[in-house]
Amino acid sequence: MTAPKPIITFENVTKRFGKLAAVDDVSLTVNEGEFFALLGPSGCGKTTLLRMLAGFETPTEGRILIDGQDISNVPPNKRPVNMVFQSYAVFPHMTVADNVAYGLVVDKVGKAEREARVAEALELVQLGGLGERKPDQLSGGQRQRVALARALVKRPRVLLLDEPLSALDAKLREQMRTELCTLQEKVGITFIMVTHDQDEALALATRCAVMSRGVLQQVATPSDLYEFPNSRFVADFIGQVNLFEGVLAVDEPSHAVIKSPDLPVDIFLDHGVTGPRGGTVWAAIRPEKIELHKKEGDEVPNLGDAPKGTNAVAGVIKHEAYLGGSSTYEVEIAGGRRVKVQRSNLTRWDQEDFKLGETVWLCWHACSPAVLLS
Amino acid sequence: MAKRSAPGPLEYLRRWQMQAWLAAVFLFLYAPLLALMAFSFNDSKRNIVWKGFTLKYYEKLFNNSALLEAFGNSLTIAAVSTVISLFLGAAVALALWRFRFPGKAALDGAMALPIVVPEICMGVAMLVFFAKVLPWPQGMPWPLNLGAIIIAHVSFSFPFVAVVVRARMASFNREMEEAARDLGAGEFRTIKDVILPHMAPSLVAGALLAFTLSLDDFVITFFTAGPDTVTFPVKVYSMVRFSVTPEVNAASTVLIVLTVLLTAAALKLQGNPAATAGHGAGDGK
Repeated sequence: MTAPKPIITFENVTKRFGKLAAVDDVSLTVNEGEFFALLGPSGCGKTTLLRMLAGFETPTEGRILIDGQDISNVPPNKRPVNMVFQSYAVFPHMTVADNVAYGLVVDKVGKAEREARVAEALELVQLGGLGERKPDQLSGGQRQRVALARALVKRPRVLLLDEPLSALDAKLREQMRTELCTLQEKVGITFIMVTHDQDEALALATRCAVMSRGVLQQVATPSDLYEFPNSRFVADFIGQVNLFEGVLAVDEPSHAVIKSPDLPVDIFLDHGVTGPRGGTVWAAIRPEKIELHKKEGDEVPNLGDAPKGTNAVAGVIKHEAYLGGSSTYEVEIAGGRRVKVQRSNLTRWDQEDFKLGETVWLCWHACSPAVLLS
Repeated sequence: MAKRSAPGPLEYLRRWQMQAWLAAVFLFLYAPLLALMAFSFNDSKRNIVWKGFTLKYYEKLFNNSALLEAFGNSLTIAAVSTVISLFLGAAVALALWRFRFPGKAALDGAMALPIVVPEICMGVAMLVFFAKVLPWPQGMPWPLNLGAIIIAHVSFSFPFVAVVVRARMASFNREMEEAARDLGAGEFRTIKDVILPHMAPSLVAGALLAFTLSLDDFVITFFTAGPDTVTFPVKVYSMVRFSVTPEVNAASTVLIVLTVLLTAAALKLQGNPAATAGHGAGDGK
């Protein structure tokens, strides 16, 4: 594999609106050919970051580099990036072909080349033959394709997507996800997407940056974000999680033990943590990584060589939700804490048939809990 | 067949009282206009008894050089004041839509002033202004002698343009503008390619509105017009002072038809309901 080549660099970028820092000292590098997602709850500054890249906002502090060039003071019409807007912003008074051609007309590209490139772009987004339509004769999904073609036809270094799928209905969203991925592989352009939808980010991106209140929380691949979150915020924002606050009682290179007042048993880990001995840590266990058993204490499997009396606890099912592919349960353990458990529905009717009010055993693998220090 | 149920509260048109009221409104609104138009074809010197159909008063009208001159003045004033009102009104509307600046609320309020101030007050104010504060030079060649009237007309018609344009701009998606910039257009190119096309229907409607307002205006014009700058409505008024001849009827008919056609065109071109906001006020003028 060749070394990743940086294409966009944010250097200590801060953007203030009045006293509020919408983006607070963000440093970030996006590499050539990546599908990069900026993920976070609304108001976290991800859109501001994208708009600074497009040129609609200027950083209060710091620099933004594209291909090593500082573009902080370059107006939006002179930047080698193009954007697909959340509302698509397709020009209503122009035909589809004129919309797509607009950027080329402004750039004074010759007629023959222009027409060829417009046709190619429309073909790329599967709108061939609809060039003469007006935008009001198109569906929402088609309008988005026009916006995509209009941006891609300019062959930008980076394509920016602002909440690209949020305005589509569920079925179409699923379909566009796949298409966006295919499209990116086909054109080989770096995509940067803003989204508040973690499923969307995980499904599409090669790397994600999670933001909260203007601050970058973690930058990682989707699987690392999910399996190795670096903070409670990230663990909680991406997917579902059971967080147990506790104290690191044992921390050896080969194993570690966390004692949590919320759990009647110790949490055993089959690896060292190198955390603050005796300090507060959080163990994050995903619901699908907890097994449900009807067996009594001694017969519950000890997953990953967790010693007896750790990583297994009894509780009562208090809530059940059947979701089709899986079911989720809330199990109340001694002390009143409720633990979320997710279980795949592997067969059409459940042999074990867990019921509300039933006493069950929960257990998890010794490598399943993620230890968080903040 | 079962008897129809009693009319509901919103089905007021099914109550005979309301129907009678409606009939009365139409009668008092349109009957005078129709009578005026009908009697313009009356073959009689006096406007009382129907004596037979004739077009001779229209013929007389088109040979009345003083009236034609007044009509020419009116059209010139309307055309020039429309163009100026259009630029001024659109510029104010864009500024109020686009920017935040100190005194924005004050400008917003001040702009509505010519719409709400009684016309007679505006007229007297204009009279005093052009007589004492800034006298318009006398004896200028046509059409420069119409300057005072044009300024007066611009001052009451540009707020209508601004209101219509601003209502239209409220429905503009700022991402359109950003999209154009993003695709490489400079600021002026963006205005030309994206903002102006969105504004266009309101510009046409605003222009027609300004034109008809100017063409119709009597009160303010009456106070600003000099002896050699008589407009059509002022001329008609002076003719009526001697006697209401069918010629006056014919002149009024021409004016009504012209105004109605232009207003209909304005309404049709406006299409977008958001842009119609200024119209209620405009019709009351």
